[in-house]
Amino acid sequence: MTAELDEIVDEIISALGPTVQTPVTITTDTNITRDLGLDSLAVMDFVMVLEDKFDVSIPLERIAEVETIGDLARTIQDLRGRA
Amino acid sequence: MTILAKFTQLRESYQKMAAIGRDPFSVRFDGILSPTEGMLNGRRTILLGTNNYLGLTFDQSCIDKGVEALVEQGTGTTGSRIANGSYGGHGDLERDLADFYGRQHCMVFTTGYQANLGIISTLVGKDDILVIDGDSHASIYDAAKMTAGQVVRFRHNDPDDLYKRLRRLSDHPGNKLVVVEGIYSMLGDTAPLREFAQVKRETGAFLLVDEAHSMGVLGQTGRGLAQEVGVEADVDFIVGTFSKSLGAVGGFCVSDLPDFDILRVACRPYMFTASLPPSVIATSIQALKRMREEPGLRLRLNANSHRLYEGLRNLGFQVGPEANPIVAVALPTKELAITFWNALLEAGLYLNLALPPATPNSLALLRSSVSAAHTPQQIDTAIQLFAQVGRELGVLPDPAIVQAAE
Repeated sequence: MTAELDEIVDEIISALGPTVQTPVTITTDTNITRDLGLDSLAVMDFVMVLEDKFDVSIPLERIAEVETIGDLARTIQDLRGRA
Repeated sequence: MTILAKFTQLRESYQKMAAIGRDPFSVRFDGILSPTEGMLNGRRTILLGTNNYLGLTFDQSCIDKGVEALVEQGTGTTGSRIANGSYGGHGDLERDLADFYGRQHCMVFTTGYQANLGIISTLVGKDDILVIDGDSHASIYDAAKMTAGQVVRFRHNDPDDLYKRLRRLSDHPGNKLVVVEGIYSMLGDTAPLREFAQVKRETGAFLLVDEAHSMGVLGQTGRGLAQEVGVEADVDFIVGTFSKSLGAVGGFCVSDLPDFDILRVACRPYMFTASLPPSVIATSIQALKRMREEPGLRLRLNANSHRLYEGLRNLGFQVGPEANPIVAVALPTKELAITFWNALLEAGLYLNLALPPATPNSLALLRSSVSAAHTPQQIDTAIQLFAQVGRELGVLPDPAIVQAAE
């Protein structure tokens, strides 16, 4: 994993703080809906927070492919690379 | 494992809700007496949750037109307009709506849901971007699922947030379509449309406003929020429905865009569904006429909205941000909302129970919709019942205790 990706993962985890109520250790392999108990609406709202944090547009259809924190980080990295 | 196994969790929460009392999603009226009263389990019940804003469902002239069409043209068109052809009424209604909105073009759909689904998903092609309010109606979210383009959400009713997101997309070569609603159906809040229109002008996006809950309610002649705040020229597409103020079923989109009519052979939810039956078209034409001829309906509706909104607010309930025909009371928990809803129904008042995920900010809501046909007495009865149940359930303080404390 690249340093940039690590950084994105760290940012995502810190941003998740206020959203996640269940006390779990979040890693790249954490499944966003199953392990964190976020419903689809909470995921979409969290994506808005990430869009602002990374100043990138994350279209909803890209979120459909995302299962883990690692997937999410790679998606953001990919979208950033294009900008 | 059966194909329905994936709904196990949904079934459990549904059963839990229904176990508290009546099933709020399966209320069955024995009869409908008027726009504001029905029979439910053998008792007269005030209807305060039917979106029947102008109370035209029992208007004699609408009924007469509907019966006439039924007798003369039969019960249904039995197919789509591209296959079976249109009847005269479909074109007449489109012409009347275009005239009402002062626009060149109108397309009529079989439901309001299909109007949003069809127009939005077809306008936004694979290289375009759909930009929607986070609290959008399900029909807009479903259109978002159906579109081939990208979908971006912005924070509810936040023009700065919309601007920020459009700015991020400024290098994207595709067209951007921004979708907002005149009045939001859960809390009755209006969009800051003047500000949205400005963002649209600055960014070169297209703007669609869903006036489903604001047609016949807002604006100098009832055209909706865009008319109310004077930005109709900035709105490229207005979507609306016949199932609220016009008292029937169906949807439409009006626009001034040249070549708008090409959508008739591109928009699948328009092309591949049966068209509205002649009787529904006839009552909608007549209801639109009644709405235009009688602005007093809107004034009465407005007065009723204020009466209910202020009445509930003054009791101490948490209501939405502004007085509109949709008056929603937020309760602290889902269970309390369900119990409250059941108690009101037992007492002869029907309204809507709205629960997450269908509600903004995961609110548990008792959602009322006011009609011009409600008498002030009916509104006052509703307020009294809210007060009574609110005290019984401890949502409102007991007046005796309040007095003692003073």
